[in-house]
Amino acid sequence: MSEHEHHHHEEHAKRELSPLELRVRALETLLTEKGYIDPAALDLLIDAYQTKIGPRNGAQVVARAWCDPEFRRWLLKDATAAIASLGFSGRQGEHMVAVENTPEVHNMVVCTLCSCYPWAVLGLPPTWYKSAPYRARAVKDPRGVLKEFGVALPESMQIRIWDSTAEVRYLVLPRRPAGTEHLEERELASLVTRDSMIGTGLANKAP
Amino acid sequence: MNYRSLADLGGQDVRDPIVQEPEGEHFHAPWEPRVMALVVAMGPTGMSNIDMNRSVRETLPNYRELSYYEIWLAALEKLAVQTGVLSDSPPPPKRVLHADDVMAAITKGFSASRPATGAARFALGSSVRTVEVQPQHHTRLPAYARGKTGVIQHVHGAHVFPDTNAQGLGESPQWLYTVAFDAKELWGETARAQHSVISVDAFEPYLEPA
Repeated sequence: MSEHEHHHHEEHAKRELSPLELRVRALETLLTEKGYIDPAALDLLIDAYQTKIGPRNGAQVVARAWCDPEFRRWLLKDATAAIASLGFSGRQGEHMVAVENTPEVHNMVVCTLCSCYPWAVLGLPPTWYKSAPYRARAVKDPRGVLKEFGVALPESMQIRIWDSTAEVRYLVLPRRPAGTEHLEERELASLVTRDSMIGTGLANKAP
Repeated sequence: MNYRSLADLGGQDVRDPIVQEPEGEHFHAPWEPRVMALVVAMGPTGMSNIDMNRSVRETLPNYRELSYYEIWLAALEKLAVQTGVLSDSPPPPKRVLHADDVMAAITKGFSASRPATGAARFALGSSVRTVEVQPQHHTRLPAYARGKTGVIQHVHGAHVFPDTNAQGLGESPQWLYTVAFDAKELWGETARAQHSVISVDAFEPYLEPA
């Protein structure tokens, strides 16, 4: 062990663990001893949701739909299958529905009862999505919520709220920004933000 | 005993600001990812099902004071005790999620759809009214959408019924629909300015013909 590593180790050991950290460690140790948990699986799960499964997956789906009219039709008709064709499927994405923003309708997704979110395409939900203010207000004052996110929509535009109260998960297909005809699919994907796929944002403008 | 969910927040008067978060920010304490992974890894063991998990979480007496991963942790601890998993003679796990299976398990997921046992009672475009009862158990019809008239916008097939599944009474699959309501129907005339339509995904027992 190098001097540096040794030092780092000692620092770590000295650091006081918070009561919550102690609780979690105790529970993990017990569940492992009782034969329910393989700690190596936990490491891989954490890595998967930090590095592999996140909103860049959904952005690829959106960019494909913007570029390929046939894929767009498939996505709107059978989102689970269309999304799976790009390699994204499974946990919290078993029953997908894609909803398309148009000049007349803006879609926004919420789970007022807990935190249902399309993990397969967007990864883990941001804290605000799980928080009381968003869950309370999204269904009753969607225009106020959108304003908090800096999104102002014309009064004539209908706001369509999808409350995910069962196992169906929703992905918003945002509108393709103007002046992006020359961009390739990969460049388009970089304009697709997480919030634009929840409906609390719009896709970024062309660079 | 009075069953009360503290998680049914739709339409409540919560005035705190919505705190935005950059993409890629997943956790706010070193123990949080561990709790997320523990909850996911306990799925295949058969200790509980997703509806039992939600039921235990939403009835934690201090639900509103806890952060989201604190809620997950407290519910996991409670379930592990209740089911005897932490006892001296724990029931054998149905399946243990091993490192080699992680990606396959994530990609497979847990489908909630089941073969239907009868014909769907409602068709696309039908008018329906949601029931007004407050059941004494976990349910997935939010309070704000009870006793309201809406239109069937999607028929999803039969899915596991959370109301029975959460109580350990079996999956008893029910037809699942997306029901859309005008904002005025849910919130009254003042909501007209919102110009919005709100839908919930509702199981057939929550609905009556309108």
